[in-house]
Amino acid sequence: MINKKLLLGDEAVALAALHAGLSAAYGYPGTPSTEIMEFFLDHRKHNNKPAIATWCSNEKTAYEEALGMAMVGKRVMITMKHVGLNVAADPFMGSALMQMNGGLVLAVADDPGMHSSQNEQDSRFFADFAKMICLEPRNQQEAYDMTLAAFDLSEKFHAPVVLRLVTRLSHARGVVEVSKERPENSLIANHNRGGWMSLPAVSRKRYAEHLIQYKKINQETENSDFNPLFINKDFSDYGVITTGLAANYYEENLADLSVKPSHLHIAYYPVPVEKIRKLAAGVKKIIIMEEGYPLVESRLRGILPNAVEILGKENNYLPITGELNPDNVRKALGLPERKAAAASADLVPIRPPQLCPGCPHIDTFLAIKEVIAGYERAIVTSDIGCYTLGCMPPFEVIDSIVCMGASISMAKGVSEAGVHPVIATIGDSTFFHSGITPLIDAISANSNITLIIMDNSTTAMTGGQDTILPSTRLENLLLGLGLPEGHLKIITPLNRLHKENVDTLKKEVDYKGVSVIISRRQCLQTIKTKA
Amino acid sequence: MKYDILLCGVGGQGVISLANMISTAALYEGLNVRQSEVHGMAQRGGAVNAQVRISDKAIAGDLIPEGMADMILSMEAIEGLRYTQYLAPTGAFITAAEPMKNIATYPDLEKVYASVRALPKSKIVDTAAIAKKLNNPKAANIILLGAATSYLPLKLQTIQQVIRETFSRKGEQVVNANLSALQLGSE
Repeated sequence: MINKKLLLGDEAVALAALHAGLSAAYGYPGTPSTEIMEFFLDHRKHNNKPAIATWCSNEKTAYEEALGMAMVGKRVMITMKHVGLNVAADPFMGSALMQMNGGLVLAVADDPGMHSSQNEQDSRFFADFAKMICLEPRNQQEAYDMTLAAFDLSEKFHAPVVLRLVTRLSHARGVVEVSKERPENSLIANHNRGGWMSLPAVSRKRYAEHLIQYKKINQETENSDFNPLFINKDFSDYGVITTGLAANYYEENLADLSVKPSHLHIAYYPVPVEKIRKLAAGVKKIIIMEEGYPLVESRLRGILPNAVEILGKENNYLPITGELNPDNVRKALGLPERKAAAASADLVPIRPPQLCPGCPHIDTFLAIKEVIAGYERAIVTSDIGCYTLGCMPPFEVIDSIVCMGASISMAKGVSEAGVHPVIATIGDSTFFHSGITPLIDAISANSNITLIIMDNSTTAMTGGQDTILPSTRLENLLLGLGLPEGHLKIITPLNRLHKENVDTLKKEVDYKGVSVIISRRQCLQTIKTKA
Repeated sequence: MKYDILLCGVGGQGVISLANMISTAALYEGLNVRQSEVHGMAQRGGAVNAQVRISDKAIAGDLIPEGMADMILSMEAIEGLRYTQYLAPTGAFITAAEPMKNIATYPDLEKVYASVRALPKSKIVDTAAIAKKLNNPKAANIILLGAATSYLPLKLQTIQQVIRETFSRKGEQVVNANLSALQLGSE
């Protein structure tokens, strides 16, 4: 019997990984990738599999833990969002030259349109940079099938494989037909040490081999069904190249085209160059539609004049920012806009996300706001979490949000440039992720900054995952780094304690040196769900 | 047959749960389903939507094109109007009457209702009053689902079955309360 399930793209990836014989999964929460690990965690609760499924301190540690698994022969998946791969870039780039003995698949979810992210960087560029295999599913069934294929390819070429997802796939459900589960790999008796030593002499040799292998892989992508090429010999006006979800929106509009043009869809990288040449040989123009940055498009254009006219994002034929959708793809195909119901939407005001009523961050921000009002120029750096909403009215206290951990290191820089007071605000999970090393810098330099750890005892923004360690361990950690005991304060962000909290904060702001205030009250959402 | 539904509301109102129930019912009836959602805690209190596409043929994409939604199902008075460019000229527009006033400037409700009534196939459901009658403030989205059942290409029994399964963990009493909510919503 065929087994059909209604699954999120993320869930289809996780289920396929389990069916591929997964032994472990490591990751850090990040929209839209979070549900992959949540599926593993839930599955393990009921089926004791996978043996290891765990959130890690950050994406770098997750990636490295996975490398350990793959070195000794087990299959492993790593999950993160696109900007998480920046954090894991060091082991990621290094792993390209390592010899995987068990399949290693990185499931990385990009966020075109920035639904819940600070940029829309395209992870295919990372795969291209490292010269790694990249698979890009465009529906839930492909998410399942390509995850299975990713593990096979990883083991065939002893190389890591990137599975590139995007928000509209990760967070969309579809019916998936699943296959049988296969057993896990056993530990290998011996691993080739030479395959895991990034010494210059070894790496030079491995890099040369890597380039040869990459060519071999390119032969496979030329012949793969994951890169289907359709040729219509009788129509030469234009041909179409799609990558990722663009193909869905293209198909959505296909019925309205009078002829079906020649079409190449690319889902398995490195780019199948010969197939592109075959398509181009029979058409005057190519419309190229990619969900993400114009990666294939810039390759097509190159620098010198083209024999075939190219219509894509780089000449604004399609929007270069944001997501593709059925409507902007329709326009690119020259089809008329569809008529919609006549209604006035003028009335509708924007409704941005906001901190939940009663959220502890509200009280922390109100205290900060009152304290900094007393200074001519105060700077408050912030970080990645629900508390980014501190930039919105009625708070408007935050001066910067850059990346995980940057609140602390930037505060040090601002202070050293001569601004006082400087307050850094960071959540407990983000502090564990990337806040400890910059705090070491600040303590070592005795920077004149005040750090507020907004401790709601969870990773709230991604849905309330447990932090890597209980935040009650923070005190000992901070004192262990050499923070003076008198300048570690713990406050409870509550309206009735506002005056007291403002006083504490003011005193620490005026102290010349590093002080840390833990503003501790549990997230209301996790109180609800974990009650 | 194809039927595209754009569900919307404010983060935390249960828009995704409602979409899940409709999609599951379609799956049980052997139809193809795609459902696109907005996730993440940071969406709390903000505008959210979910898109459910049902068809007896293959469905190419997860997003509903402009002018193609057969129904807008809105958990909140103004949220549905945010997406009218997606509604087909003769599509159904079903909204809860209840406003969620968590923004500084909320438009005049009577003007909002007038815009809704100007649509060819519209229904404003007083979910709050019905929920009060049922003494079940959590039932608003099931009441709204009830109001949508006569338009949906799904059998009432299938929707009832999904409701039973969704709430079975919480006991017979909760199941029955939600079945009544569905019934009252459809009246």
